[in-house]
Amino acid sequence: MEQLMLAGGTILTGVFACVAWFWGANFVLDTVYPPRGAHAGRNILRANMIRPWLFIGPAILFLGVYLVYPVFKSTVMSFQDSDAQQFVGFANYEWLVSDAKFRESMRNNLMWLLVVPAASTFFGLIAAQLTDRIKWGNFAKSMIFMPMAISFVGAGVIWKFVYDYRAEGQDQIGLLNAIWVALGNSPETWLTVPFWNNFFLMIVLVWIQTGFAMVILSAALRGIPEETIEAAILDGANPWQLFFRIKVPQIWGTIAVVWTTITITVLKVFDIVFVMTNGEWGTQVLANMMYNWMFRGAPDYGRGSAIALVIMALVLPIMIWNIRNARKEMA
Amino acid sequence: MDNIAGTRARLVWAVNLAAAVLVVLWVVPTIGLLVSSFRDRDQITASGWWRAAFPATATSFVRAGTAKDQFQENGLWVIEGNVLEKGQRLERWGTSSRAPEAYAPGETIDLKEGEQITVTPDGHYRLTAPQEFTTTRGMRIFITTTTPPRFTTENYARVIGAEGLGQAFLNTMTVTIPATVIPILIAAFAAYALAWMQFPGRALLVAAVVGLLVVPLQLSLIPLLRFHNEIGLGKGYLGIWLAHTGFGLPLAIYLLRNYMVGLPKEIIESARVDGATEFQIFRRIILPLSFPALASFAIFQFLWVWNDLLVATVFLGNRPDQLVMTGVLRELLGSRGGDWEILAASAFVSIAVPLLVFFALQKYLVRGLLAGSVKGG
Repeated sequence: MEQLMLAGGTILTGVFACVAWFWGANFVLDTVYPPRGAHAGRNILRANMIRPWLFIGPAILFLGVYLVYPVFKSTVMSFQDSDAQQFVGFANYEWLVSDAKFRESMRNNLMWLLVVPAASTFFGLIAAQLTDRIKWGNFAKSMIFMPMAISFVGAGVIWKFVYDYRAEGQDQIGLLNAIWVALGNSPETWLTVPFWNNFFLMIVLVWIQTGFAMVILSAALRGIPEETIEAAILDGANPWQLFFRIKVPQIWGTIAVVWTTITITVLKVFDIVFVMTNGEWGTQVLANMMYNWMFRGAPDYGRGSAIALVIMALVLPIMIWNIRNARKEMA
Repeated sequence: MDNIAGTRARLVWAVNLAAAVLVVLWVVPTIGLLVSSFRDRDQITASGWWRAAFPATATSFVRAGTAKDQFQENGLWVIEGNVLEKGQRLERWGTSSRAPEAYAPGETIDLKEGEQITVTPDGHYRLTAPQEFTTTRGMRIFITTTTPPRFTTENYARVIGAEGLGQAFLNTMTVTIPATVIPILIAAFAAYALAWMQFPGRALLVAAVVGLLVVPLQLSLIPLLRFHNEIGLGKGYLGIWLAHTGFGLPLAIYLLRNYMVGLPKEIIESARVDGATEFQIFRRIILPLSFPALASFAIFQFLWVWNDLLVATVFLGNRPDQLVMTGVLRELLGSRGGDWEILAASAFVSIAVPLLVFFALQKYLVRGLLAGSVKGG
């Protein structure tokens, strides 16, 4: 109870502080440069130069402290030793290149990058196309979209249950093993099968992200001009041709956006690996490896930062692409 | 023409069927855990959740009584008892582990030295011998039983109380609500300035916001934690509120700006002409009109903060009473890996609120996704 009061108090304080700042700063500005009297024109001009910064100031402060500063600080720390005391040059990066676990993480991350965005977009596209053409489409969409609301940890529990293993001869209570055994095989501990266990982890993210892809692609599909579709039908296109030759090429832009958005999610994927295997049995990924170096046992900030910088470097091309797109749109 | 109509009907069928398969694939994992969270522990391990609605069959053994329990009756030495627990039904029984299902209930079997045993359908067994029993260890009777399906809410009661999920629920609430409200306020003003005010550097700031959208959180953790320690904030709610505010701002500003730019220019300009101050325009016109975008972001941020594990593990303490629900769930996965009744119930307590929000406000979520991604995102 006390705790909820604290939370409630924070909301009130926060809201009050925000309103006080925005209202108060505006009030002060209008008092210093009153928009009337002898210098009204000059005052309005000056006030209008300052006012945007009053509105945007708190946001800039937060973005600066919580996102921009850490990027620079991490960059510096990646060239320092484990306590961020002394500069060690490129030692952390040299260690990275020679570290087997890092190479494993890079390999896995690349596999994630290849599989998850492709699979999610593919299933999303199929789901969008199918659900747009049936009566119970909205219900179907909700169901496929639902995993979006489930935390990665929750999804981890859900899927660990699907992959559950019981010794041979016992009744399998994990769905996958039950099917597998029914087909006449012996049960497997799926999450420890070398190499393939990565794919069992990826399925979890595909399961979550497909709904996102579906929602966006479905909107794009509906935005396709009717005429192009009618023309194709008149020309005798079959449903497959209609979909792959007429519809898909018209929504490439949206597909690219979905693809890159999921790519970013993949690069940051942490929780799923963290709770399901913690990077053991050859399933390590960069984000989880970084977490281990930063927060497990004796932390090594230098190495952790170096791994974080690698993630940043992988994100960078998409960031630049996004910025260029946004600028094009504004122009 | 007949042929074309036939193809169409088949196509409609195929589409419905394919959609149904997809939906089932997507829902089944969640349903499995949901069903399991209401089953009792023994039943979860005895049979797959897809058989939850049917009686569960299990084979086990019980030990018959020993020499102490015997009594004399009509010149025979007798040991009696019952092999069943409440609710179980006897299907088969046996006397050796090699053939645990050898006999039907009601059969009488000859054992060595004139001993006989019978187990009746109600589970009553009767072991008889012409001479006195000397066993000190009861003989094993193997039974195959079926138990009718049983559903219970005990698992939920248990995880909320004993496993500390109730406290974690409060902690999650405490983290989530301020971390959703505060960024909205700050972002709304910034978005308005970026959308409707003229000032040098505006385009640059918008570009910066778009860029910051994708900065990996991993980069921020250590520098920020050290920063919080240096200014005396340490680990705690205030720190995590500020952190989530910072991390949520780019998306908030981006979504709201995109929405506000699209508002009709005439309204704002006529208000300016009528002498309204910027603050009034913002409060009286922009804020009410932007409600859908505000709602979209609120849902995003709520889901993201509620479901977050990484930021909470770093910026909050790790004492049991400080954990948020995702943290508890993670601990349980480690310590109670095989206790599915606990894990299933805990998972559903932690995802209940997001699912509720999701189904109630799906419309806004979809709208926000479209605004955030189709344009440039």
